[in-house]
Amino acid sequence: MKPIPRRSNAPVFWGLFGAGGMLAALFGPVLVFMTGIAVPLGFILPSDAMSWAHMQAFAQHWAGKGLLFVVVALFMWHAMHRILHSLHDLGVHAGAALKIACYGLALLVSIVAAWVLLALGF
Amino acid sequence: MNTPDPRRPYVRPMAGWWRRNPFFVEYMVHEATALFVAAYALVLLVGLLRLAQGEAAWNGWLDALRSPVALVFHVVLLAAFVYHCWTWFRIMPKTMPPLVIRGKRVAPGVITACGVAATVVCSLVVLVVAWGATR
Amino acid sequence: MADTSDTGKRMRIEVLRYRPEQDAEPFLQGYDVPYSDDMSVLQGLQYIKDWLDGTLSFRWSCRMAICGSCGMMIDGEPRLACKTFLRDFPAGSVRVEALAHFPIERDLVIRMDDFLAKLESIKPYIIPKEARSLAQGEYLQTPAELDVYEQFSSCINCLLCYAACPQYGLNPDFVGPGIMALLHRYNADSRDGGASARMEVAGSEAGVFNCTAVGYCSEVCPKHVDPANAVNQNKTRAAGDYFLRLVTGKGGAK
Ligand code: SF4
Ligand code: FES
Repeated sequence: MKPIPRRSNAPVFWGLFGAGGMLAALFGPVLVFMTGIAVPLGFILPSDAMSWAHMQAFAQHWAGKGLLFVVVALFMWHAMHRILHSLHDLGVHAGAALKIACYGLALLVSIVAAWVLLALGF
Repeated sequence: MNTPDPRRPYVRPMAGWWRRNPFFVEYMVHEATALFVAAYALVLLVGLLRLAQGEAAWNGWLDALRSPVALVFHVVLLAAFVYHCWTWFRIMPKTMPPLVIRGKRVAPGVITACGVAATVVCSLVVLVVAWGATR
Repeated sequence: MADTSDTGKRMRIEVLRYRPEQDAEPFLQGYDVPYSDDMSVLQGLQYIKDWLDGTLSFRWSCRMAICGSCGMMIDGEPRLACKTFLRDFPAGSVRVEALAHFPIERDLVIRMDDFLAKLESIKPYIIPKEARSLAQGEYLQTPAELDVYEQFSSCINCLLCYAACPQYGLNPDFVGPGIMALLHRYNADSRDGGASARMEVAGSEAGVFNCTAVGYCSEVCPKHVDPANAVNQNKTRAAGDYFLRLVTGKGGAK
């Protein structure tokens, strides 16, 4: 038997993957339905539900900010972790560069989201 | 191992493994929902950027969402998210410690059904709140 | 051997052959085997060996699904040859190959050195939580405490779950489902205190986080061990241990 390899740092990314996956399972379908189907068509929800005034108010409230950030960031962490593993499944094995690319993209999206939300003011 | 093994064990290649069994094909399909989750996160991120750029930019984004291409894309996204939800809760009984209620283990099917039911409840709550807040 | 002379039914059994001293790579060889409805795939192979081709190699012992030696790929699925019946292949042909993801030693015999080394590494025995002298009597356990680990103790080391696990095929360093089921069997035993020692394996880079919850291992397990559950329960435990170590500086693995 080979010596026991190093301790894995996966718990951090696995935790984000799991949190994002749970959020996407519980709230993903309804969010996609609202933003991508119901509001654009004015179906069930009023077509001005996502008007400038509404969304400004929502994104300036601390709770709205938090929700938007959590959804965008965790969806991305979930997806990039899964994509990294799928690449491994397809024979593209995760070296440091690939890991940095995948998790780096999730981190970048999180930072941009946080920055935009802060820039929107309170 | 530097010296070749005289017993010459034969290691079979893994290439194309997931095409060999329908179970694995389904696995690859549900893993691929991640592409749609990432796409939706990016759609929302663009929306946030437009929101920060002012009213005209935001209204442009809303118009873009109304285009037929965007609508069809979101129908596809919705299907992918629903499939993600179903497969997420389908595997859940295998990923959690046994749930014992009144001395009996809760059956896997019940756990999956509770997960899906939770999604239905969350969806209705979000819809009602959004409807109430924007009516 | 079952009396097969009068049924008139024949099964085409395609066997993946590999004789390392003469074959560059494995190839399929077909045999026509007379069979009756009570014959298992293992009995089909035994018929071949006894009457058609004595050079065919395969492992078996109990022929009653308890020794775990006769695992093979049967029409592409990991199955016990003694628990799979020829009558269930109505098309009249069946393909038999060595268990996937393991090196082939010869014909249907795989090399399991890797599995045995990993088995040893997880200390597959009870490490008593508290030392007791004989005079103090036995370690008692309630039925509820037994229930927590009992299913994981049913493992027969047949390796079907490994042949079902693409992550093991892609990365043979991964400890894999069956070993994790055994690891969990001891960790979850109320008398055992070895969980932190075993965390060195479970939480390592060869450990549970190689699993992507494919779940096929639990589908193919002939003993309903649910190895996927053992792996995934230990993801939660390994993650807990990891973050605890960040906070306290202690924890299982280095
Ligand atoms: S967990 Fe099941 S499939 Fe895996 S080795 Fe044990 S008995 Fe066989
Ligand atoms: S011969 Fe023992 S399990 Fe099949």
